[in-house]
Amino acid sequence: MADFANIDKIQLRLLEEVADLHEVPAGAFNIRANGQLAQRVNSANIEIVSKEDGTGIDIHIKPGTRKESVHIPVVLSQSGIKEMVYNDFYIGDDADVVIVAGCGIHNGGDADSKHDGLHRFFVGKNAKVKYVEKHYGAGDGRGKRIMNPATEVTMEENSYMEMEMVQIKGVDSTKRSTRADLAAGAKLVIRERLLTHGTQYAESGFVVNLNGADSSTNVISRSVAKEESSQLFIAEINGNARCAGHSECDAIIMDNAKISAIPKITANDVDAALIHEAAIGKIAGEQIIKLMTLGLTEAEAEAQIVDGFLK
Amino acid sequence: MLTLENLSFGVQEEKGEKEIIRNLNLTIGDHKFVVITGPNGGGKSTLAKLIAGIEMPTEGKITLDGEDITEKGITERANAGISYAFQQPVRFKGVQVLDLIRLAARKKLSVADSCQYLSEVGLCAKDYINREVNASLSGGELKRIEIATVLARGTRLSVFDEPEAGIDLWSFQNLIAVFERMRETTKGTVLIISHQERILNIADEIVVIKDGQIASQGTREQILPGLLGTTSAVDACSKFYKGER
Repeated sequence: MADFANIDKIQLRLLEEVADLHEVPAGAFNIRANGQLAQRVNSANIEIVSKEDGTGIDIHIKPGTRKESVHIPVVLSQSGIKEMVYNDFYIGDDADVVIVAGCGIHNGGDADSKHDGLHRFFVGKNAKVKYVEKHYGAGDGRGKRIMNPATEVTMEENSYMEMEMVQIKGVDSTKRSTRADLAAGAKLVIRERLLTHGTQYAESGFVVNLNGADSSTNVISRSVAKEESSQLFIAEINGNARCAGHSECDAIIMDNAKISAIPKITANDVDAALIHEAAIGKIAGEQIIKLMTLGLTEAEAEAQIVDGFLK
Repeated sequence: MLTLENLSFGVQEEKGEKEIIRNLNLTIGDHKFVVITGPNGGGKSTLAKLIAGIEMPTEGKITLDGEDITEKGITERANAGISYAFQQPVRFKGVQVLDLIRLAARKKLSVADSCQYLSEVGLCAKDYINREVNASLSGGELKRIEIATVLARGTRLSVFDEPEAGIDLWSFQNLIAVFERMRETTKGTVLIISHQERILNIADEIVVIKDGQIASQGTREQILPGLLGTTSAVDACSKFYKGER
Protein backbone atom coordinates (compact mmCIF):
# COMPACT_ATOMS: atom_id res chain seq x y z
CA MET A 1 0.00 0.00 0.00
CA ALA A 2 1.27 3.45 -0.92
CA ASP A 3 2.41 6.08 1.57
CA PHE A 4 0.86 9.50 1.72
CA ALA A 5 2.37 12.30 -0.31
CA ASN A 6 3.33 15.60 1.38
CA ILE A 7 2.56 14.35 4.89
CA ASP A 8 4.97 14.41 7.83
CA LYS A 9 5.04 12.19 10.91
CA ILE A 10 3.03 14.47 13.18
CA GLN A 11 0.41 14.90 10.50
CA LEU A 12 0.28 11.15 10.00
CA ARG A 13 -0.41 10.68 13.70
CA LEU A 14 -3.23 13.22 13.48
CA LEU A 15 -4.64 11.40 10.45
CA GLU A 16 -4.69 8.18 12.39
CA GLU A 17 -6.58 9.85 15.23
CA VAL A 18 -9.23 11.64 13.20
CA ALA A 19 -9.78 9.35 10.25
CA ASP A 20 -8.28 5.97 11.28
CA LEU A 21 -6.00 6.37 8.31
CA HIS A 22 -2.78 4.40 8.53
CA GLU A 23 -2.25 4.22 4.81
CA VAL A 24 -3.77 5.58 1.63
CA PRO A 25 -7.44 4.61 1.74
CA ALA A 26 -9.43 2.92 -0.99
CA GLY A 27 -11.94 5.24 -2.64
CA ALA A 28 -11.75 9.00 -2.97
CA PHE A 29 -9.92 11.23 -0.52
CA ASN A 30 -8.67 14.75 -0.01
CA ILE A 31 -6.14 15.61 2.66
CA ARG A 32 -5.67 19.20 3.70
CA ALA A 33 -2.55 19.92 5.74
CA ASN A 34 -1.56 23.28 7.21
CA GLY A 35 -4.06 25.15 5.09
CA GLN A 36 -3.14 23.55 1.78
CA LEU A 37 -4.08 20.58 -0.31
CA ALA A 38 -1.64 17.74 0.43
CA GLN A 39 -3.13 14.95 -1.65
CA ARG A 40 -6.30 14.20 -3.58
CA VAL A 41 -7.59 11.10 -5.31
CA ASN A 42 -10.90 10.80 -7.15
CA SER A 43 -12.74 7.61 -7.97
CA ALA A 44 -14.93 6.75 -10.95
CA ASN A 45 -18.04 7.80 -9.03
CA ILE A 46 -16.70 10.42 -6.65
CA GLU A 47 -15.18 13.66 -7.80
CA ILE A 48 -13.58 16.21 -5.52
CA VAL A 49 -13.15 19.70 -6.97
CA SER A 50 -11.55 22.78 -5.40
CA LYS A 51 -13.82 25.78 -5.24
CA GLU A 52 -12.76 28.47 -7.67
CA ASP A 53 -12.18 31.02 -4.94
CA GLY A 54 -9.98 28.55 -3.07
CA THR A 55 -12.08 28.47 0.08
CA GLY A 56 -12.82 24.74 0.08
CA ILE A 57 -13.96 21.77 -1.94
CA ASP A 58 -17.05 20.38 -3.61
CA ILE A 59 -17.57 16.63 -3.38
CA HIS A 60 -19.81 15.17 -6.06
CA ILE A 61 -21.06 11.64 -5.54
CA LYS A 62 -22.83 10.22 -8.58
CA PRO A 63 -26.35 8.86 -8.23
CA GLY A 64 -26.39 5.17 -7.50
CA THR A 65 -22.82 5.02 -6.13
CA ARG A 66 -22.73 2.01 -3.83
CA LYS A 67 -20.49 1.09 -0.90
CA GLU A 68 -17.81 3.69 -1.55
CA SER A 69 -16.06 5.94 0.90
CA VAL A 70 -14.70 9.48 0.91
CA HIS A 71 -12.11 10.67 3.39
CA ILE A 72 -11.54 14.40 3.75
CA PRO A 73 -9.41 14.93 6.86
CA VAL A 74 -7.79 18.22 7.81
CA VAL A 75 -4.59 18.40 9.86
CA LEU A 76 -2.80 21.39 11.31
CA SER A 77 0.66 20.88 12.72
CA GLN A 78 2.01 24.40 12.41
CA SER A 79 1.25 26.71 15.35
CA GLY A 80 -0.75 29.85 14.63
CA ILE A 81 -2.68 28.74 11.55
CA LYS A 82 -6.23 30.08 11.37
CA GLU A 83 -8.47 28.91 8.57
CA MET A 84 -12.08 28.73 7.48
CA VAL A 85 -13.10 26.15 4.91
CA TYR A 86 -16.34 25.51 3.07
CA ASN A 87 -17.00 21.97 1.90
CA ASP A 88 -20.12 21.01 -0.01
CA PHE A 89 -21.23 17.42 -0.49
CA TYR A 90 -23.61 16.56 -3.28
CA ILE A 91 -24.83 13.03 -2.74
CA GLY A 92 -26.74 11.67 -5.73
CA ASP A 93 -30.05 9.82 -5.53
CA ASP A 94 -29.84 6.20 -4.37
CA ALA A 95 -26.17 6.46 -3.42
CA ASP A 96 -24.89 4.54 -0.37
CA VAL A 97 -21.63 5.98 0.92
CA VAL A 98 -19.44 6.55 3.96
CA ILE A 99 -17.90 9.98 4.45
CA VAL A 100 -15.13 10.42 6.97
CA ALA A 101 -14.15 13.97 7.88
CA GLY A 102 -12.25 15.13 10.91
CA CYS A 103 -9.73 17.64 12.09
CA GLY A 104 -6.55 17.13 14.04
CA ILE A 105 -4.52 19.99 15.43
CA HIS A 106 -1.03 19.61 16.85
CA ASN A 107 -0.05 22.89 18.41
CA GLY A 108 3.44 22.94 19.84
CA GLY A 109 3.76 26.72 19.80
CA ASP A 110 2.33 29.71 21.62
CA ALA A 111 0.00 31.02 18.95
CA ASP A 112 -3.58 29.79 18.72
CA SER A 113 -4.43 27.34 15.95
CA LYS A 114 -7.95 27.48 14.65
CA HIS A 115 -9.94 25.48 12.12
CA ASP A 116 -13.47 26.55 11.32
CA GLY A 117 -15.48 24.69 8.76
CA LEU A 118 -18.87 24.75 7.17
CA HIS A 119 -19.99 21.43 5.77
CA ARG A 120 -23.11 21.40 3.66
CA PHE A 121 -24.74 18.13 2.68
CA PHE A 122 -27.29 17.77 -0.08
CA VAL A 123 -28.56 14.23 0.27
CA GLY A 124 -30.50 12.97 -2.75
CA LYS A 125 -33.65 10.88 -2.77
CA ASN A 126 -33.31 7.42 -1.22
CA ALA A 127 -29.61 8.02 -0.63
CA LYS A 128 -27.91 6.59 2.43
CA VAL A 129 -24.97 8.35 4.06
CA LYS A 130 -22.85 7.56 7.05
CA TYR A 131 -20.82 10.56 8.13
CA VAL A 132 -18.07 10.34 10.75
CA GLU A 133 -16.36 13.43 12.10
CA LYS A 134 -13.65 13.28 14.74
CA HIS A 135 -11.81 16.11 16.41
CA TYR A 136 -8.49 15.68 18.10
CA GLY A 137 -5.93 18.03 19.56
CA ALA A 138 -2.34 17.41 20.69
CA GLY A 139 0.90 19.27 21.35
CA ASP A 140 2.15 20.92 24.50
CA GLY A 141 2.43 24.52 23.31
CA ARG A 142 0.57 27.29 25.10
CA GLY A 143 -1.35 28.16 21.93
CA LYS A 144 -4.96 27.07 22.00
CA ARG A 145 -6.48 24.47 19.68
CA ILE A 146 -9.81 25.78 18.47
CA MET A 147 -12.39 24.16 16.17
CA ASN A 148 -15.78 25.52 15.24
CA PRO A 149 -17.56 23.19 12.87
CA ALA A 150 -20.90 24.08 11.32
CA THR A 151 -22.94 21.51 9.46
CA GLU A 152 -26.00 22.04 7.31
CA VAL A 153 -27.90 19.06 6.02
CA THR A 154 -30.64 19.07 3.42
CA MET A 155 -32.25 15.69 3.08
CA GLU A 156 -34.54 14.78 0.22
CA GLU A 157 -37.33 12.26 0.25
CA ASN A 158 -36.66 8.92 1.91
CA SER A 159 -32.99 9.62 2.37
CA TYR A 160 -31.14 8.37 5.45
CA MET A 161 -28.17 9.91 7.16
CA GLU A 162 -26.26 8.83 10.22
CA MET A 163 -23.80 11.32 11.71
CA GLU A 164 -21.24 10.35 14.28
CA MET A 165 -19.38 13.22 15.87
CA VAL A 166 -16.59 12.57 18.29
CA GLN A 167 -14.37 14.92 20.25
CA ILE A 168 -12.49 13.13 22.99
CA LYS A 169 -9.20 14.83 23.52
CA GLY A 170 -7.21 17.98 23.33
CA VAL A 171 -9.52 20.58 21.81
CA ASP A 172 -9.52 23.75 23.93
CA SER A 173 -12.55 25.41 22.55
CA THR A 174 -15.26 24.25 20.24
CA LYS A 175 -18.57 25.59 19.13
CA ARG A 176 -20.49 23.19 16.97
CA SER A 177 -23.70 23.98 15.18
CA THR A 178 -25.68 21.46 13.19
CA ARG A 179 -28.81 22.22 11.28
CA ALA A 180 -30.90 19.80 9.24
CA ASP A 181 -34.00 20.02 7.07
CA LEU A 182 -35.77 16.78 6.29
CA ALA A 183 -38.22 16.08 3.49
CA ALA A 184 -40.88 13.37 3.56
CA GLY A 185 -39.72 9.97 4.78
CA ALA A 186 -36.18 11.15 5.51
CA LYS A 187 -34.42 9.97 8.64
CA LEU A 188 -31.49 11.53 10.46
CA VAL A 189 -29.61 9.88 13.32
CA ILE A 190 -26.99 11.92 15.15
CA ARG A 191 -24.62 10.45 17.72
CA GLU A 192 -22.33 12.82 19.51
CA ARG A 193 -19.61 11.89 22.00
CA LEU A 194 -17.72 14.53 23.83
CA LEU A 195 -15.13 14.67 26.58
CA THR A 196 -13.76 17.91 27.97
CA HIS A 197 -11.06 18.39 30.57
CA GLY A 198 -8.74 21.09 31.90
CA THR A 199 -10.35 24.45 31.19
CA GLN A 200 -11.86 23.41 27.86
CA TYR A 201 -15.17 24.73 26.63
CA ALA A 202 -17.48 22.92 24.25
CA GLU A 203 -20.80 23.99 22.90
CA SER A 204 -23.00 21.89 20.69
CA GLY A 205 -26.26 23.04 19.17
CA PHE A 206 -28.58 21.01 16.98
CA VAL A 207 -31.61 22.25 15.08
CA VAL A 208 -33.54 19.60 13.20
CA ASN A 209 -36.57 20.62 11.14
CA LEU A 210 -38.86 17.73 10.36
CA ASN A 211 -40.64 19.25 7.38
CA GLY A 212 -41.93 16.25 5.43
CA ALA A 213 -44.53 13.67 6.38
CA ASP A 214 -43.05 10.64 8.19
CA SER A 215 -39.65 12.23 8.56
CA SER A 216 -37.84 11.31 11.77
CA THR A 217 -34.77 12.07 13.80
CA ASN A 218 -32.90 10.71 16.78
CA VAL A 219 -30.25 12.96 18.35
CA ILE A 220 -28.15 11.24 20.99
CA SER A 221 -25.43 13.01 22.91
CA ARG A 222 -23.18 11.44 25.52
CA SER A 223 -20.66 13.62 27.21
CA VAL A 224 -18.23 13.72 30.09
CA ALA A 225 -16.96 16.97 31.61
CA LYS A 226 -13.91 16.73 33.88
CA GLU A 227 -11.82 19.12 35.94
CA GLU A 228 -12.65 22.79 35.27
CA SER A 229 -14.21 22.30 31.83
CA SER A 230 -17.68 23.37 30.77
CA GLN A 231 -20.20 22.23 28.21
CA LEU A 232 -23.41 23.51 26.71
CA PHE A 233 -25.76 21.24 24.79
CA ILE A 234 -28.75 22.61 22.90
CA ALA A 235 -31.11 20.33 21.03
CA GLU A 236 -33.97 21.80 19.10
CA ILE A 237 -36.44 19.73 17.10
CA ASN A 238 -39.24 21.32 15.12
CA GLY A 239 -42.01 19.01 13.99
CA ASN A 240 -43.67 20.66 11.02
CA ALA A 241 -45.55 17.62 9.71
CA ARG A 242 -46.53 14.12 10.82
CA CYS A 243 -43.14 13.08 12.16
CA ALA A 244 -41.20 11.53 15.02
CA GLY A 245 -38.35 13.23 16.86
CA HIS A 246 -36.31 12.15 19.86
CA SER A 247 -33.35 13.79 21.49
CA GLU A 248 -31.33 12.55 24.41
CA CYS A 249 -28.54 14.19 26.32
CA ASP A 250 -26.76 12.06 28.84
CA ALA A 251 -23.84 13.61 30.70
CA ILE A 252 -21.40 12.65 33.42
CA ILE A 253 -20.10 15.53 35.47
CA MET A 254 -16.84 15.28 37.44
CA ASP A 255 -14.64 17.49 39.61
CA ASN A 256 -15.50 21.19 39.18
CA ALA A 257 -16.98 20.95 35.71
CA LYS A 258 -20.18 22.62 34.55
CA ILE A 259 -22.75 21.24 32.12
CA SER A 260 -25.94 22.77 30.74
CA ALA A 261 -28.48 20.95 28.60
CA ILE A 262 -31.20 22.94 26.92
CA PRO A 263 -33.93 20.96 25.21
CA LYS A 264 -36.45 22.54 22.91
CA ILE A 265 -39.15 20.66 21.06
CA THR A 266 -41.80 22.41 19.03
CA ALA A 267 -44.77 20.73 17.38
CA ASN A 268 -46.40 22.66 14.55
CA ASP A 269 -48.52 19.72 13.47
CA VAL A 270 -51.00 17.68 15.48
CA ASP A 271 -49.31 14.46 14.33
CA ALA A 272 -45.80 15.45 15.37
CA ALA A 273 -44.53 13.15 18.15
CA LEU A 274 -41.50 14.62 19.90
CA ILE A 275 -39.57 13.49 22.95
CA HIS A 276 -36.65 15.00 24.77
CA GLU A 277 -34.63 13.35 27.51
CA ALA A 278 -31.76 14.90 29.41
CA ALA A 279 -29.81 13.63 32.37
CA ILE A 280 -26.71 14.99 34.09
CA GLY A 281 -25.13 13.31 37.07
CA LYS A 282 -21.90 12.13 38.57
CA ILE A 283 -20.67 8.52 38.33
CA ALA A 284 -22.75 6.39 40.67
CA GLY A 285 -20.76 5.31 43.72
CA GLU A 286 -21.95 1.73 43.40
CA GLN A 287 -20.58 1.51 39.85
CA ILE A 288 -17.14 2.33 41.23
CA ILE A 289 -17.60 -0.14 44.11
CA LYS A 290 -18.64 -2.92 41.72
CA LEU A 291 -15.49 -2.48 39.63
CA MET A 292 -13.37 -2.27 42.78
CA THR A 293 -14.77 -5.65 43.86
CA LEU A 294 -13.32 -6.93 40.58
CA GLY A 295 -9.89 -5.72 41.70
CA LEU A 296 -9.70 -2.31 40.00
CA THR A 297 -8.51 0.73 41.91
CA GLU A 298 -10.88 3.64 42.29
CA ALA A 299 -9.10 5.58 39.51
CA GLU A 300 -9.10 2.58 37.17
CA ALA A 301 -12.79 2.04 37.85
CA GLU A 302 -13.58 5.66 37.05
CA ALA A 303 -11.60 5.54 33.80
CA GLN A 304 -13.34 2.33 32.78
CA ILE A 305 -16.79 3.79 33.40
CA VAL A 306 -15.98 6.93 31.38
CA ASP A 307 -14.49 4.85 28.52
CA GLY A 308 -17.57 2.65 28.38
CA PHE A 309 -19.93 5.59 28.52
CA LEU A 310 -18.22 7.26 25.56
CA LYS A 311 -17.60 4.11 23.55
CA MET B 1 -10.10 -19.97 55.72
CA LEU B 2 -12.02 -16.82 56.62
CA THR B 3 -12.17 -15.82 60.27
CA LEU B 4 -14.26 -13.07 61.82
CA GLU B 5 -13.25 -12.27 65.40
CA ASN B 6 -15.36 -10.15 67.75
CA LEU B 7 -16.68 -8.27 64.76
CA SER B 8 -18.94 -5.29 65.38
CA PHE B 9 -20.44 -2.71 63.06
CA GLY B 10 -22.62 0.24 63.97
CA VAL B 11 -24.14 3.25 62.27
CA GLN B 12 -24.83 6.66 63.72
CA GLU B 13 -28.49 7.45 64.11
CA GLU B 14 -30.35 10.34 65.74
CA LYS B 15 -30.70 8.42 68.98
CA GLY B 16 -27.06 7.41 69.03
CA GLU B 17 -25.21 4.47 67.55
CA LYS B 18 -27.16 1.49 66.31
CA GLU B 19 -25.28 -1.79 66.32
CA ILE B 20 -26.00 -3.92 63.27
CA ILE B 21 -23.33 -6.57 63.86
CA ARG B 22 -22.57 -7.31 67.48
CA ASN B 23 -19.42 -9.00 68.60
CA LEU B 24 -19.73 -11.75 66.02
CA ASN B 25 -17.33 -14.69 65.74
CA LEU B 26 -17.39 -16.94 62.69
CA THR B 27 -14.99 -19.26 60.90
CA ILE B 28 -15.63 -20.40 57.33
CA GLY B 29 -13.52 -23.40 56.33
CA ASP B 30 -11.95 -23.98 52.93
CA HIS B 31 -13.90 -25.48 50.02
CA LYS B 32 -17.16 -25.20 51.92
CA PHE B 33 -20.56 -24.24 50.60
CA VAL B 34 -22.01 -22.11 53.39
CA VAL B 35 -25.41 -20.43 53.49
CA ILE B 36 -26.13 -17.58 55.86
CA THR B 37 -29.79 -17.06 56.64
CA GLY B 38 -31.96 -15.40 59.23
CA PRO B 39 -34.73 -12.80 59.57
CA ASN B 40 -34.69 -9.58 57.58
CA GLY B 41 -32.78 -6.78 59.25
CA GLY B 42 -30.64 -9.26 61.15
CA GLY B 43 -27.36 -8.03 59.62
CA LYS B 44 -26.71 -10.62 56.89
CA SER B 45 -26.06 -8.23 54.02
CA THR B 46 -23.97 -6.02 56.26
CA LEU B 47 -21.85 -9.01 57.14
CA ALA B 48 -21.29 -9.72 53.42
CA LYS B 49 -20.26 -6.10 52.88
CA LEU B 50 -17.86 -6.26 55.83
CA ILE B 51 -16.22 -9.32 54.29
CA ALA B 52 -15.88 -7.61 50.88
CA GLY B 53 -14.55 -4.41 52.45
CA ILE B 54 -17.48 -2.26 51.30
CA GLU B 55 -18.18 -1.49 54.97
CA MET B 56 -15.46 -1.29 57.61
CA PRO B 57 -16.06 -2.80 61.05
CA THR B 58 -16.18 -0.54 64.07
CA GLU B 59 -14.42 -3.25 66.05
CA GLY B 60 -12.95 -6.71 65.55
CA LYS B 61 -10.70 -8.48 63.14
CA ILE B 62 -11.07 -10.23 59.78
CA THR B 63 -8.44 -12.69 58.57
CA LEU B 64 -8.18 -14.56 55.30
CA ASP B 65 -5.88 -17.60 55.41
CA GLY B 66 -4.16 -16.16 58.44
CA GLU B 67 -3.59 -12.72 56.94
CA ASP B 68 -5.20 -9.80 58.74
CA ILE B 69 -7.29 -7.97 56.13
CA THR B 70 -9.33 -5.81 58.53
CA GLU B 71 -7.79 -2.56 57.33
CA LYS B 72 -7.66 -3.46 53.66
CA GLY B 73 -9.97 -1.73 51.18
CA ILE B 74 -12.27 -3.23 48.54
CA THR B 75 -9.63 -3.43 45.79
CA GLU B 76 -7.02 -5.04 48.03
CA ARG B 77 -9.48 -7.63 49.29
CA ALA B 78 -10.62 -8.37 45.75
CA ASN B 79 -6.99 -8.93 44.80
CA ALA B 80 -6.45 -11.04 47.93
CA GLY B 81 -9.07 -13.46 46.62
CA ILE B 82 -12.51 -12.30 47.72
CA SER B 83 -15.36 -11.92 45.23
CA TYR B 84 -18.68 -10.31 45.97
CA ALA B 85 -21.94 -10.51 44.01
CA PHE B 86 -24.29 -7.61 44.62
CA GLN B 87 -27.84 -8.14 45.80
CA GLN B 88 -28.85 -5.46 43.30
CA PRO B 89 -26.38 -5.67 40.43
CA VAL B 90 -25.13 -2.36 39.11
CA ARG B 91 -25.98 -1.13 35.62
CA PHE B 92 -23.46 0.59 33.39
CA LYS B 93 -24.31 2.57 30.29
CA GLY B 94 -21.98 1.65 27.46
CA VAL B 95 -20.11 -1.13 29.27
CA GLN B 96 -20.74 -4.42 27.49
CA VAL B 97 -21.16 -7.80 29.13
CA LEU B 98 -17.90 -8.83 27.45
CA ASP B 99 -16.06 -5.84 28.98
CA LEU B 100 -17.29 -6.71 32.44
CA ILE B 101 -16.30 -10.37 32.18
CA ARG B 102 -12.85 -9.42 30.89
CA LEU B 103 -12.41 -6.95 33.75
CA ALA B 104 -13.45 -9.66 36.18
CA ALA B 105 -11.03 -12.19 34.71
CA ARG B 106 -8.26 -9.55 34.74
CA LYS B 107 -7.11 -10.66 31.31
CA LYS B 108 -8.14 -10.22 27.71
CA LEU B 109 -10.21 -13.36 27.49
CA SER B 110 -11.24 -14.48 24.03
CA VAL B 111 -14.90 -14.05 23.20
CA ALA B 112 -15.27 -17.84 23.26
CA ASP B 113 -13.78 -18.12 26.75
CA SER B 114 -15.94 -15.26 27.99
CA CYS B 115 -19.02 -16.91 26.55
CA GLN B 116 -18.31 -19.99 28.59
CA TYR B 117 -19.00 -18.08 31.81
CA LEU B 118 -22.33 -16.89 30.43
CA SER B 119 -23.26 -20.40 29.41
CA GLU B 120 -22.47 -21.56 32.93
CA VAL B 121 -25.11 -19.21 34.30
CA GLY B 122 -27.62 -20.37 31.72
CA LEU B 123 -27.50 -17.42 29.33
CA CYS B 124 -27.26 -18.01 25.60
CA ALA B 125 -23.85 -16.40 25.27
CA LYS B 126 -24.07 -15.05 21.74
CA ASP B 127 -27.22 -13.12 22.60
CA TYR B 128 -25.62 -11.41 25.55
CA ILE B 129 -21.91 -11.00 25.06
CA ASN B 130 -22.23 -7.68 23.19
CA ARG B 131 -25.20 -6.34 25.13
CA GLU B 132 -24.69 -3.33 27.33
CA VAL B 133 -25.06 -3.88 31.05
CA ASN B 134 -27.82 -1.27 31.15
CA ALA B 135 -31.51 -0.93 31.90
CA SER B 136 -32.43 -3.07 28.88
CA LEU B 137 -31.52 -6.19 30.87
CA SER B 138 -34.05 -7.73 33.22
CA GLY B 139 -33.38 -8.32 36.90
CA GLY B 140 -32.84 -12.04 36.31
CA GLU B 141 -30.45 -11.44 33.42
CA LEU B 142 -28.44 -8.93 35.43
CA LYS B 143 -28.27 -11.32 38.35
CA ARG B 144 -26.85 -14.07 36.19
CA ILE B 145 -24.32 -11.74 34.57
CA GLU B 146 -23.32 -10.66 38.07
CA ILE B 147 -22.75 -14.31 38.99
CA ALA B 148 -20.80 -14.84 35.75
CA THR B 149 -18.40 -12.05 36.76
CA VAL B 150 -17.76 -13.83 40.05
CA LEU B 151 -17.20 -17.14 38.26
CA ALA B 152 -14.77 -15.44 35.86
CA ARG B 153 -12.72 -14.24 38.82
CA GLY B 154 -12.39 -17.77 40.18
CA THR B 155 -11.24 -16.61 43.62
CA ARG B 156 -10.84 -18.68 46.76
CA LEU B 157 -13.85 -17.02 48.43
CA SER B 158 -17.04 -15.93 46.67
CA VAL B 159 -19.78 -14.11 48.55
CA PHE B 160 -23.30 -13.87 47.07
CA ASP B 161 -25.74 -11.48 48.68
CA GLU B 162 -29.30 -12.79 48.24
CA PRO B 163 -28.96 -14.00 44.66
CA GLU B 164 -32.69 -14.77 44.57
CA ALA B 165 -33.79 -11.22 45.45
CA GLY B 166 -35.78 -9.39 42.82
CA ILE B 167 -36.07 -12.09 40.18
CA ASP B 168 -39.06 -13.86 38.72
CA LEU B 169 -39.93 -17.51 39.29
CA TRP B 170 -38.63 -18.76 35.96
CA SER B 171 -35.30 -17.09 36.50
CA PHE B 172 -35.30 -18.46 40.03
CA GLN B 173 -35.50 -22.08 38.85
CA ASN B 174 -32.53 -21.47 36.56
CA LEU B 175 -30.63 -19.71 39.27
CA ILE B 176 -30.97 -22.65 41.63
CA ALA B 177 -29.58 -24.88 38.89
CA VAL B 178 -26.60 -22.53 38.56
CA PHE B 179 -25.84 -22.83 42.27
CA GLU B 180 -26.37 -26.56 42.26
CA ARG B 181 -23.82 -26.80 39.46
CA MET B 182 -21.47 -24.44 41.29
CA ARG B 183 -21.82 -26.72 44.31
CA GLU B 184 -20.47 -29.60 42.21
CA THR B 185 -17.71 -27.84 40.30
CA THR B 186 -16.30 -24.98 42.30
CA LYS B 187 -12.98 -25.33 44.03
CA GLY B 188 -13.13 -22.27 46.28
CA THR B 189 -15.36 -21.46 49.23
CA VAL B 190 -18.85 -20.22 48.46
CA LEU B 191 -20.77 -18.08 50.94
CA ILE B 192 -24.38 -17.34 50.05
CA ILE B 193 -26.83 -15.15 51.86
CA SER B 194 -30.25 -16.57 51.19
CA HIS B 195 -33.70 -17.34 52.55
CA GLN B 196 -34.42 -19.94 49.95
CA GLU B 197 -35.03 -23.50 51.05
CA ARG B 198 -33.58 -24.87 47.82
CA ILE B 199 -30.34 -23.04 48.36
CA LEU B 200 -30.23 -24.07 52.03
CA ASN B 201 -30.76 -27.61 50.77
CA ILE B 202 -27.38 -27.68 49.05
CA ALA B 203 -25.40 -26.11 51.90
CA ASP B 204 -22.61 -27.92 53.73
CA GLU B 205 -23.12 -25.55 56.62
CA ILE B 206 -25.85 -23.15 57.63
CA VAL B 207 -25.35 -20.06 59.79
CA VAL B 208 -28.40 -18.28 61.21
CA ILE B 209 -27.92 -14.61 61.99
CA LYS B 210 -30.35 -12.67 64.12
CA ASP B 211 -29.99 -9.26 65.73
CA GLY B 212 -26.40 -8.99 64.52
CA GLN B 213 -25.31 -12.20 66.19
CA ILE B 214 -25.10 -15.87 65.35
CA ALA B 215 -28.27 -17.56 66.55
CA SER B 216 -27.22 -21.02 65.43
CA GLN B 217 -24.64 -22.68 63.25
CA GLY B 218 -24.02 -26.21 62.06
CA THR B 219 -24.36 -28.71 59.26
CA ARG B 220 -27.45 -28.65 57.04
CA GLU B 221 -28.75 -31.75 58.78
CA GLN B 222 -28.46 -30.06 62.16
CA ILE B 223 -29.92 -26.67 61.28
CA LEU B 224 -32.34 -26.95 58.36
CA PRO B 225 -35.15 -28.94 60.06
CA GLY B 226 -35.53 -26.18 62.64
CA LEU B 227 -35.77 -23.49 59.96
CA LEU B 228 -38.41 -25.04 57.68
CA GLY B 229 -41.62 -23.10 57.76
CA THR B 230 -39.95 -19.93 59.03
CA THR B 231 -38.97 -16.88 56.95
CA SER B 232 -35.37 -18.07 57.08
CA ALA B 233 -36.19 -20.94 54.72
CA VAL B 234 -39.00 -20.12 52.34
CA ASP B 235 -39.79 -22.02 49.21
CA ALA B 236 -39.93 -20.32 45.86
CA CYS B 237 -43.72 -20.16 45.61
CA SER B 238 -44.38 -18.91 49.12
CA LYS B 239 -45.33 -15.43 47.99
CA PHE B 240 -48.12 -16.86 45.84
CA TYR B 241 -49.93 -18.73 48.59
CA LYS B 242 -49.22 -16.44 51.45
CA GLY B 243 -52.27 -16.33 53.70
CA GLU B 244 -53.51 -19.75 52.67
CA ARG B 245 -51.30 -21.41 55.19
